[in-house]
Amino acid sequence: MSGPLVEVSSISRSYSMRSGMFGRSTAVHAVDRVSLTMRKGETLGLVGESGSGKSTTGRIVLGLEPPDHGEVRFDGKPMATPGTPAWRAQRAHMQMIFQDPLGALDRRLPVAAQIREPLDIHGLGTPLEREERVRELLRAVELTPAHGVRYPGALSGGQRQRIVLARALATKPDFLVCDEPVSALDVSIQAQVVNLLADLQAQLALTLLFISHDLRVVRQISNVVAVMYLGRIVEIGSADDLFARPEHPYTQALVSASPAPGRRSAGRIVLAGDPPNPAARPQGCAFHPRCPRAVARCASEVPALSHVGGNRQVACHLVTGPQAETRDAA
Amino acid sequence: MTDATLKDTKAFSSEADSGSRKENALKLESNVRRRVSLPAIPVSVVLAIGWIVAMLMIAAFAEKIAPYGYTQLDLRNRLAAPGNVAHWLGTDELGRDVLSRLLVSIRISLLIAFGATAISAIVGTTLGFLAAHFRGPVEQLVLMLSDFQASMPFLIMALAVLAFFGNSLPLLIGLMGFFGWERYARIARGLAISANAQGYAAAVRQLGATPARIYLRHILPNIASTLIVSTTLVFPEVILMESGLSFLGLGVQPPMTSLGNMVGYGREYLTRAPWIMLAPATTIVVTTLAVSVIGDWLRDRLDPTLQ
Repeated sequence: MSGPLVEVSSISRSYSMRSGMFGRSTAVHAVDRVSLTMRKGETLGLVGESGSGKSTTGRIVLGLEPPDHGEVRFDGKPMATPGTPAWRAQRAHMQMIFQDPLGALDRRLPVAAQIREPLDIHGLGTPLEREERVRELLRAVELTPAHGVRYPGALSGGQRQRIVLARALATKPDFLVCDEPVSALDVSIQAQVVNLLADLQAQLALTLLFISHDLRVVRQISNVVAVMYLGRIVEIGSADDLFARPEHPYTQALVSASPAPGRRSAGRIVLAGDPPNPAARPQGCAFHPRCPRAVARCASEVPALSHVGGNRQVACHLVTGPQAETRDAA
Repeated sequence: MTDATLKDTKAFSSEADSGSRKENALKLESNVRRRVSLPAIPVSVVLAIGWIVAMLMIAAFAEKIAPYGYTQLDLRNRLAAPGNVAHWLGTDELGRDVLSRLLVSIRISLLIAFGATAISAIVGTTLGFLAAHFRGPVEQLVLMLSDFQASMPFLIMALAVLAFFGNSLPLLIGLMGFFGWERYARIARGLAISANAQGYAAAVRQLGATPARIYLRHILPNIASTLIVSTTLVFPEVILMESGLSFLGLGVQPPMTSLGNMVGYGREYLTRAPWIMLAPATTIVVTTLAVSVIGDWLRDRLDPTLQ
């Protein structure tokens, strides 16, 4: 396809946090110089533990909040300022799927009215065409028009997430950000929703940013996977390659923790130390206090994300080696 | 909301035609729905609603029902006791028919109470939404105004305004409209802020909806139950406030009459002709009680967590 659909260049976002009533406010770097490119029709999986800045990255990429530094370009054009009419018009091209489908739906409106809402907002089609589109969307997410007259409270979790999906697809967007779309669902329902999402993505040539902490789901749906740790991307590469041959010690630990058939659990890497705190980011490589292979250099120098062959990029001194070191210094 | 429910039931009944097992299942479901959506209304609430409806009918047709004009004198029958053949509820010191005056008073008092409640609900909710939407200085200003309103005895403010600007019915309604707005403003602001933080408002915003759509179509229906209940609390207070002002001689001016005005002028004859005062006083008590009972019931009925 011609050119990337979404281009994220070195975005950063920090929040100020105050500890206690009179405590000093400290800056929390939720996202730190993250760059991503997504081609049309591609699915990028973004994984990491909670607090790693996945969701903030998703919100910035979707233009829901502006980055402190850096820029997001959608289809070659910069993102509009949130709240402006231009920004609202842009929403028709990009949509978000939320983690909690019940929270994302208005409990006082029948679901058909809510699926129809983006069409009403963006003034697409005549009222009759909108009705027809709602029925079409309900069928597309494997529900019947009879479900449309119900209220969100009368639907199951999986059905609600399909409604959210149908609403997001109503304006035929090019780009979808799914923020933990299945983590609130039962495992059996997760598979249904993920399969549905994958089918729709293939049918409609959607570009997906799939945010999750669940490696199995990410592996199933993504072409490219990016691993985040404390606001930075530590490794990025094509999904099969990355899961088969993780390079970064953190990715190795993540992959070893996720159960896979035919692999013995003996090789599991158990990380020591505390889970990361974005307010107290360690010096040097943020992962070094928990890294089983850390060397002295890791505590002092921040590793840059560098190419290590193919389309793989890793931010680790141990992987990139001495050549990368000189490149970093330059 | 009612529209949607109607559509709902229609859809269910049309579906019920196909297949007997499905029909049974749907019937069961619609039975369950009916039981959930229409629980037995308590007797007290039925009585309260009946009373309010009667009051509204009286207010609408006061002149047609009233046996006499409310200023019409019957000097031969002054201070007649209730039960009199010509005057069911007796007459006052000028021989005016208490029943006729009561009916007209109900109209005036309800007009003031509804007008004022509507004004304060609209003003308060709008200010609350503005505060929640813009935050920052706008929110500070609204909160400051509402604190000012809450800390100022309303009666004193009303006395000052009426003393300066004289008295007329529209002015009185407008003035009473400033009573209680700060409660709506605070409630609306708090609920709108929490709704904005919740998923549904954020979801609609990222669909590209304008703030007007988010606030009027989504947040307002979701918080309406709380506001309606708040209305039923303010409404009786407005009636009592109007009665108080009229009692002090600053509310509705003679020859016009209102419930408070009747109580106020009837107090001079409290020992000799208590019926002049008792009839409007009873009406005030029962009406405010009825509104409170309905409000209490509505609070349970409209609670979204119970649905």
